[in-house]
Amino acid sequence: MHELGIVKHVIKTLGDVAKENGVKRIGSVTLEVGEVSGVVIEQLVDCWNYFREKNELVKNAELTVETLEAVTFCTACEKTYRTVDHGRICPFCKSKETYLLRGNEFSIKQIEAELIDE
Amino acid sequence: MDNKGFDLIEVRAGIEAENGRYALLVRELLEREGAFLINLMASPGAGKTSVLCRVIDALKGRFSVGVMEADMDADVDARTVREHGADVVQLHTGTSCHMDAKMTLEGLGALKRPLPEVIVLENVGNLVCPAEFDVGADMRLMILSVPEGDDKPLKYPLMFTVSDWMLINKIDTAAIFDFDFERCERNVRTLNPDIGIFPVSAKTGEGFAGFTERLAERIEETLRKRRGETR
Repeated sequence: MHELGIVKHVIKTLGDVAKENGVKRIGSVTLEVGEVSGVVIEQLVDCWNYFREKNELVKNAELTVETLEAVTFCTACEKTYRTVDHGRICPFCKSKETYLLRGNEFSIKQIEAELIDE
Repeated sequence: MDNKGFDLIEVRAGIEAENGRYALLVRELLEREGAFLINLMASPGAGKTSVLCRVIDALKGRFSVGVMEADMDADVDARTVREHGADVVQLHTGTSCHMDAKMTLEGLGALKRPLPEVIVLENVGNLVCPAEFDVGADMRLMILSVPEGDDKPLKYPLMFTVSDWMLINKIDTAAIFDFDFERCERNVRTLNPDIGIFPVSAKTGEGFAGFTERLAERIEETLRKRRGETR
């Protein structure tokens, strides 16, 4: 249940971004979440919908979550495979010498925003 | 002038970035002060506090020992641990189910100076969230207790993946709970081939001599490096 903390942090970050870019209102927020980041997307969206009401900047902002596929690289046979299907052991050569290439990300990709009139 | 339209702004801000920054500050502080931090993680009831008391008893002749007790509320464990002679700070995580690096840094700030040579962070009882937050520790030590079952690595893979060492506690109850040590080890090593595994019983003390000896060696090795680097 740290989705709540993550949402608070996202909103705080958006506040900083808004200040830097002269943003009046945010219309949408797109997050990129890796498959093995450990974040539960349904809970994240629930927390977002609860918290955005309390913040003028993001009150009307819809949340879009893009899932990024997790990929593991095997150093023994130098192939890549889907982490979610096979975990740490390479399905091609059964080696344990593998590491995660991507899939544990959590980032704010972009926002749609209305800028303060010059 | 029509400025009413929405503009697209690329943000590209990683959310772990903030925790990572604090974890780095924790590591710098440990380097500077010559201290070794253990992040102790387990489910509620796995025996974190009993294990901790045995570890303190074994290490206190060789090192000064401090403890950061993270609980959502209350200070039951802090009192128990203090009786074993460690310097203890109680941290209340409130509604949060884990310690993050920022809270850890604040906890280190609350310990007496100079910092104890060995500091144990007793994390919140939970096999999920604590695994996801790097607090800047030198060692992630987890406890699985026999009554929880040998299939736990399959259910909570991240905890078993990120831990450096794992204790299997309450081995005195293995017969009752039908716990298969080989199956457990196989399940864990699929996730984390290099993990150190130590079967122990905090109740009878079985297995602790070997474990605490290895732990003391590991701490000594790191502290020696830190003392060398600072001079």
